[in-house]
Amino acid sequence: MTPLQANPQVRSGFYTLLYKELLRFWRVGFQTIAAPVITALLYLIVFAQVLQDRLQVYGEIPYTTFLIPGLMMMSMLQNAFANPSSSLIQSRVTGNLVFVLLTPISNREFFSAYVLAAVVRGLSVGAVVWLVALLFFPLPVVAPVWVIVFAMLASAIMGILGLIAGLWSEKFDQLAAFQNFLIMPATFLSGVFYSIHILPPFWQGVSHWNPIFYTIDGFRFGFFGVSDSSPWLSLAVVSFVFVVLTVVAMRLLDSGYKMRL
Amino acid sequence: MSSAAIEFQHIHKTYVTPYKHWWDRLLKKPRSGLVALQDIDLRIEYGEFFGLLGPNGAGKTSLISILAGLSYATSGQAWVCGHNVVTDFRQSRRSLGVVPQELVYDPFFTVRETLRIQSGYFGLRHNDDWIDEVLHNLGLSTKANANMRSLSGGMKRRVLVAQALVHRPPVIVLDEPTAGVDVDLRRSLWEFIARLNKEGHTILLTTHYLEEAEALCGRIAMVREGRVVALDTTEALLARVGGAGLEEAFVQIMRDDRNARAAA
Repeated sequence: MTPLQANPQVRSGFYTLLYKELLRFWRVGFQTIAAPVITALLYLIVFAQVLQDRLQVYGEIPYTTFLIPGLMMMSMLQNAFANPSSSLIQSRVTGNLVFVLLTPISNREFFSAYVLAAVVRGLSVGAVVWLVALLFFPLPVVAPVWVIVFAMLASAIMGILGLIAGLWSEKFDQLAAFQNFLIMPATFLSGVFYSIHILPPFWQGVSHWNPIFYTIDGFRFGFFGVSDSSPWLSLAVVSFVFVVLTVVAMRLLDSGYKMRL
Repeated sequence: MSSAAIEFQHIHKTYVTPYKHWWDRLLKKPRSGLVALQDIDLRIEYGEFFGLLGPNGAGKTSLISILAGLSYATSGQAWVCGHNVVTDFRQSRRSLGVVPQELVYDPFFTVRETLRIQSGYFGLRHNDDWIDEVLHNLGLSTKANANMRSLSGGMKRRVLVAQALVHRPPVIVLDEPTAGVDVDLRRSLWEFIARLNKEGHTILLTTHYLEEAEALCGRIAMVREGRVVALDTTEALLARVGGAGLEEAFVQIMRDDRNARAAA
């Protein structure tokens, strides 16, 4: 053996960390992609059956068609959150996060790898929900750029939140609390199942303070060309939230919060 | 002064208890803390086989954690091969291979995948020749494609050693690598580590098996309550107790320090 010198190479460890994070959910694709798709379709079937003829949104658009982008976005949000949060908490509880912490991977690379993997998982789930839904219901796309932009930004936001939650939680039940008391209400009360215009004025006002509302609203604009708020306002809010969360997550990582004590 | 394989200067470490409530943070309530390391100065030259000994809770793992970047020193600085562990962390971590104390692994992957991924974290692609060599030397060749979950404790320990070596680090830190390991593995592990040392690697070892330290280490530091209480060659330490063995020397040094502290 001729070791002695540390290997002078230049490639970043980011690619491998990203690859590992992708592999982690791909290997259990039945749980991480198929299961959420089934959940979304169940919502679609039940709500479409019950509400199809009772709810009118955006004029001529049938309720089922209206619902599909909402369900796609809800699945993307939840899965983008789940990917880094579950990965981090598992690695921390089992202790194998040390293998990443011992390497030259910087905090920025760490952040990018986890968030990008979350975006890929979010987009994969969203795309599969869409493809399966297309078998039953037609869904036109008016402005694909908006669809892609909001899908990516929303997944990234939830990926960062998942990263923060994964850093903050020390036990699985803390992570579950984060998910049940923050993520679930924020997604359910954001207009997945309805246009906020059918809400009483007070709850409309409340919805406008929920950043998740803007991800769904902007995403829906991409499909129908109509939405509750202007897509530019939605883009501004979502981008602002993205920047704020990025700053918070990077500060936590740089301070070594619960990782490098 | 030229660089050393490992160098600590005035390292202090206090673990502050976290705030219980968020409003305590806002009110900046004073927090209690546990002093783990007090003014540690240590220099380990290239090619040394160095032992770090001390009772449980003496601060050995804290010191190693600071070196590896797993923890930040409260004050003071540390270098690996002349690279500061905070400001030049990429180079310092490239120069360092750490075998952690706890038996940790990722149950998602096989042994080979684990080692490939670990290589990738260090930016190394196509590292399979070296991985094969490490696997062979650690008696892991037949387990290369086994899932980590299916391995026995001893085998998992070997994989930990392999993971620390994937990037061919010039400095290797072993934190109690033989805790709970059978005789066979202990012997083969020490043969392998001794060979790496002969080839020029610097080894820093912590262990509670003092006969291992006596047989392997050229120089030894003993720590107690976060301070270095003895630092000398193994021979000189043994001479202090008239050759009665390192265990005797250890017991005596610890007792003397305890008495000196009590008197002070």
